[in-house]
Amino acid sequence: MDVLYFAWVRERIGIPKEKVETSATTVMQLVEELKTREERYEVAFSDLSALRVAVDQELTDFDASLDGVREVAFFPPMTGG
Amino acid sequence: MRVVVQEEPFDFGREAQDFASGHSNMGAIVTFTGVVRDADKGGMDRMVIEHYPGMTQKALEKIAAEAVSRWDLGDVLVIHRHGELRQGDMIMMVATASRHRVNAFEAAEYLMDYLKSRAPFWKKEYTADGAEWVAAKDEDEDALSRW
Repeated sequence: MDVLYFAWVRERIGIPKEKVETSATTVMQLVEELKTREERYEVAFSDLSALRVAVDQELTDFDASLDGVREVAFFPPMTGG
Repeated sequence: MRVVVQEEPFDFGREAQDFASGHSNMGAIVTFTGVVRDADKGGMDRMVIEHYPGMTQKALEKIAAEAVSRWDLGDVLVIHRHGELRQGDMIMMVATASRHRVNAFEAAEYLMDYLKSRAPFWKKEYTADGAEWVAAKDEDEDALSRW
């Protein structure tokens, strides 16, 4: 699936988007998997209360299922308007 | 209902005029415009607004559709910019049309509250000291609970 990062999450991880092969079944499992990769992921995902997640371009929670999902995006709380 | 996400500036006067003249039997037109102000600590050179291209349009349409379902509205307009902006530039506008003003005002406030914290935009302020992401405010999140 495609994993996207925005704002400071993108800056900390260092890329806007990557393809991830995973057997994770929930967003939380995907996060745990990414955190074991490299320190920059661990730093970016260290405080999940400071992060929001969208699955297939809809806002959701970290316990959301990844079944059939094509795109997951991580970003800080939004500051529109 | 019209939802526009764009990098270019928009002409507020023309948009408001077109919106207001495009409807009959609407007794109330409310518009709100968000303008780039200085950073809280001052000295802002520019602001850059990042967004999530695949999601932004859909998220804004969902918010606008929800407003239409909750209030008796004749129409809704949402324009939101991204990219580089400077102090005084218009970031976004909403307009609502209704037979009566209470619906138009309330729906405009609803739209603004949701655009603040449910539309995938992120603001970064550039000053002489460097660049900083604008932090979301607790009161913006709390504002949603009144709806």
